[in-house]
Amino acid sequence: MTSPPGAHLPEHPDFLWDDPEPKSSYDVVVVGGGGHGLATAYYLAKVHGITNVAVLEKGWLAGGNMARNTTIIRSNYLWDESSGIYEHSLKLWEGLEEDLGYPILFDQRGVLNLAHSLQDVRDSVRRVNANRLNGIDAEWVDPAGVKEICPIVNTSPDVRYPVLGATYQPRAGIAKHDYVAWGYARAAHEMGVDLIQDCEVTGLETAGGRITAVRTSRGRIAAGKVALCAAGHSSVLAKMAGIPLPLASHPLQALVSELLEPVHPTVVMSNAVHVYVSQAHKGELVMGAGIDSYNGYGQRGSFHIIEQQMAAALELFPVFARAHLLRTWAGIVDVSPDASPIVGLTPVGGLYLNCGWGTGGFKATPGVGDCFAHTIAHDKPHPFNEPFTLERFTTGALVDEHGAAAVAH
Amino acid sequence: MQLIPCPWCGPREEAEFHYGGQAHVAYPEDPSALTDEEWARYVFFRENPSGPFAERWSHNAGCRRWFNAVRDTRTHDLLAVYRVGEPMPEVTA
Repeated sequence: MTSPPGAHLPEHPDFLWDDPEPKSSYDVVVVGGGGHGLATAYYLAKVHGITNVAVLEKGWLAGGNMARNTTIIRSNYLWDESSGIYEHSLKLWEGLEEDLGYPILFDQRGVLNLAHSLQDVRDSVRRVNANRLNGIDAEWVDPAGVKEICPIVNTSPDVRYPVLGATYQPRAGIAKHDYVAWGYARAAHEMGVDLIQDCEVTGLETAGGRITAVRTSRGRIAAGKVALCAAGHSSVLAKMAGIPLPLASHPLQALVSELLEPVHPTVVMSNAVHVYVSQAHKGELVMGAGIDSYNGYGQRGSFHIIEQQMAAALELFPVFARAHLLRTWAGIVDVSPDASPIVGLTPVGGLYLNCGWGTGGFKATPGVGDCFAHTIAHDKPHPFNEPFTLERFTTGALVDEHGAAAVAH
Repeated sequence: MQLIPCPWCGPREEAEFHYGGQAHVAYPEDPSALTDEEWARYVFFRENPSGPFAERWSHNAGCRRWFNAVRDTRTHDLLAVYRVGEPMPEVTA
């Protein structure tokens, strides 16, 4: 008698989290099991002792934008409000591996934001100065400095968009996005949070101006509080509670090359030519594009965007000419009018909103998780997310980060 | 590449077009009478449906005329195109 195929293999390793049936009620229901939802549940449990929490995910955990981003982490935004929340996040990233007890491959290899025109140079130098006043590491480097930090960048003056310099944030970097999600999921699960996959929210129930329950594809779940962390689908969810949002959901595409030897020591971003590039630990070149112009929920975009992005990448990095494209994909990003997020309370009691991160939500994962959990626990915004209200679009107190965020959030 | 059927020129490649966001957003009749909330609605808030969406396109590299389309934002299928000033046609997604 022969043994079945695979009999010599070890047992399946333990799962990092369970796959429970939803209970009939929870103190807090977090809608969206991506990075922000998992981090929010983690900090609710860890910092605030709120553990009767469910994270509802319509697909599989961290299979949306958390699986599709280009993993860039930085805090070099212009305004004080943004510096506050992004730098808070970066500081949490710096201790996150230890905090979660799980490897996340956080690597502070620095980020260069290239300037290609005199206006770019002026804006960049202004941003460096603003960053330094806010205690954020930032410096202006000239083309020779760019070449020194990243030797493969083409800094010759005879190209269509010559590199005139760059801002450099040494503490910026990348992390392994899947490991971040798994680390948060495992830790949240250990503290008693239910992670419920394949559970789509189909309705939000309110009574007397307060949220009372969510209706889902797996039945009705009563909830004391509901926290939306649904990124590209935020408009659809908020509409279920009668709340219009100033968001547009767009496809955002990215791609990876085949695996290459280490050639790219840092992260390079260019708003002017619409590309941002780093090299993953495994060896792929990871490149992000600008958003597709039209609204879209299809998790795919148009090919001419990829073509344009590759043209830009080749002009900046002629050495990539022989690299082969491995795959492309798209996520759905919820873009707000001022390129800043919306994090806080809503007109419905017990319903909290975290959306509008657009193309830049990954870097904020620990920071917004912490601040959003605080907002939910205290029914009051954390000081770091206080400026990012929904009301700012009525009062005019916008936080315009198009310069620091732009294509390459 | 996706083809967009311009109501004047017929199907052309998407790269010839420029996107204009939600269609049928009228400029307020009496702007000075609007409250801050109403201004915010007009300036910043747009429909963002997952499904059929009436939106504006301009055939920039062609006839340079604006027109409206109903497109399913889940599949990117163009369900209908129609000229500016015409009512939104009935569509089934």
